[in-house]
Amino acid sequence: MMRPLATLLALSASPLAMAGPAMAGAVEKQPLNVAAIGMFMVFVVLTLGITYWASRRTRSASDFYTAGGDITGFQNGLAIAGDYMSAATLLGLSSMVFAKGYDGFIYTVGFFVGWPIITFLMAERLRNLGRFTFADIASYRLDQNKIRTFAAFGSLTVVSFYLIVQMVGAGQLIQLLFGLDYPVAVVVVGVVMMAYVIFGGMIATTWVQIIKAVLLLAGGTTLAFMAMSRFGFSYETLAREAITVHKDGLGMMGPGSMLADPVNVASMSLGLVFGIAGLPHILMRFFTVPNAKEARKSVFYATGFIGFFFLVVCTLGFAAVVIIGKDPQYFVNGELGGKLVGGGNMVAMHLAKAVGGNLFLGFLSAVAFATILAVVAGLALAGASAISHDLYATVIKKGKADEKSELKVSRIAAVAIGVLAIVLGILFEKQNVAFLVGLTFGVAASTNFPILILSMYWKDLTTRGALLGGFSGLISAVTLVILSKAVWVTVLGNETAIFPYEHPALFSMPLAFAVSIVVSLLDRSAAAATERARFDDQFVRAQTGHGAAGAHNH
Amino acid sequence: MTGNATHAIRQHPQFATLVKRRSTLAWTLAALTLGTYYLYMLVVALAPATLHQALHSGGVLSVGVPVGAAIIVFTWALTGYYVYRANTEFDRLTATILQESQP
Repeated sequence: MMRPLATLLALSASPLAMAGPAMAGAVEKQPLNVAAIGMFMVFVVLTLGITYWASRRTRSASDFYTAGGDITGFQNGLAIAGDYMSAATLLGLSSMVFAKGYDGFIYTVGFFVGWPIITFLMAERLRNLGRFTFADIASYRLDQNKIRTFAAFGSLTVVSFYLIVQMVGAGQLIQLLFGLDYPVAVVVVGVVMMAYVIFGGMIATTWVQIIKAVLLLAGGTTLAFMAMSRFGFSYETLAREAITVHKDGLGMMGPGSMLADPVNVASMSLGLVFGIAGLPHILMRFFTVPNAKEARKSVFYATGFIGFFFLVVCTLGFAAVVIIGKDPQYFVNGELGGKLVGGGNMVAMHLAKAVGGNLFLGFLSAVAFATILAVVAGLALAGASAISHDLYATVIKKGKADEKSELKVSRIAAVAIGVLAIVLGILFEKQNVAFLVGLTFGVAASTNFPILILSMYWKDLTTRGALLGGFSGLISAVTLVILSKAVWVTVLGNETAIFPYEHPALFSMPLAFAVSIVVSLLDRSAAAATERARFDDQFVRAQTGHGAAGAHNH
Repeated sequence: MTGNATHAIRQHPQFATLVKRRSTLAWTLAALTLGTYYLYMLVVALAPATLHQALHSGGVLSVGVPVGAAIIVFTWALTGYYVYRANTEFDRLTATILQESQP
């Protein structure tokens, strides 16, 4: 996914932050890349074919939202990995290692550790308690209307912020890699995404995600293999050459600039680790498998693929220090150590060209575009289900909506989200959207995550506590981001930032927890007593899967 | 009635065992993962030279590179262990409880 990287870029005060695909800034349009466009067309045709096949299997709401719960643990593992590994991971983390050496690797480890935590504490409970959306779990024993509305609102906030980031990133990346105009790129992404979601629902989205994950893993591994063959597959040989080229010399081999601001790093890693567990499109993936056993397997596979991919990507950045760092054709005006052609995030792409020629560069560009498409499709589906399942079917129709009209609403919602994404993508072209990444993760970690985890684990949580806690997390995360440098200085043009860090999670997440807990404990209402009493039932289901939504049989 | 079945499950003598074993394992592994990561971050912040020393004497590749990779591999192995225990032991226990709690 684009989020870890974009967060990283948003948080690191490096020049990279200006050059990231998700960031605004001067992006020069490249000549039309025919090979890349050709390979991308093959991907689009193939995935639209899959969408057609999926559309004939998408009959019920369960098919649409969760692929009927028929996805295996292995397939879902690949799809989750696909959700998390993005163009931006490939491009951004490799660039980070290229520019900062070992520090880039330290960031990478931070992006990984959230996954084991999700395995241990969340995966099976999500599957046992939820059906279509994470609001199912948050509102399991609390007030359906209030909590569901709030959770749906939280989902939609995260989805919209994140869609803007993705659309702007897509437009800029495609302009750069394919040589297409920005608005053309944004419209293409939006239209293909709508086709996947509206016709193919979760079945198509899952397969797009799986294909893209395989392509990304294969492309990255091949590239790393080709690059390392130049060093006889020895990291020591690579390191010896790298320290003679890198600006930090031997310093690149150990921790460096990370020491500058440990509070910011702590806040970032907290936001990353727990933000993932509050992203609706990631959470939704756990409902696509038939049972808790497969849910556990999916995170195991996903964690393995992600870990492997991250190690590959760091290898790419490391090898690029030598291969790209010594080659003047990749630097503006041929100045070694100066600005990279196409911006600081193009390291992996330059490496592809250096070791695999133009055809391989085309392939990797096509994979990068495919990746963005898959991510926005997942986001749109999560947003559509919050509207149709949570707001329309449960809150407005009080659970009495028939499936046909619910499906219709979800498709209309997908169209609306797609159009909105295109419009916002074009409107935000020239904006610096870095702050939206902080906002996405801040809201996910401080609003969705606390409510979700408390409702799963803590008997005494009440509706009042969850609402007030969620609101305090939401308001504090948004306020802190506004007061941080990314908005206060960069967007609003003030002199200095009031909030000295880039990421709010270290402050807003504990606040959300504290308010939820205190308010719940003080809640002596009759409703609160009923809600506490219902925990037992939920607890048994969470532990044993008794009464959990089963797989849909065709 | 789901309510009755739920009550029976809850009263089943093995239910408490299941809950205890699962939560002990899950929280231990979570603590081990976060402990490993934050220990690493502490070393990064307080004793960076430790990670900077050469892996082989006379070499330049630092100790930090395999250490970072080991954290990823180790925590992934922990997820493997959890999934193994849950998919065999805990699922067997769950199946027994559910079967014996049927009215």
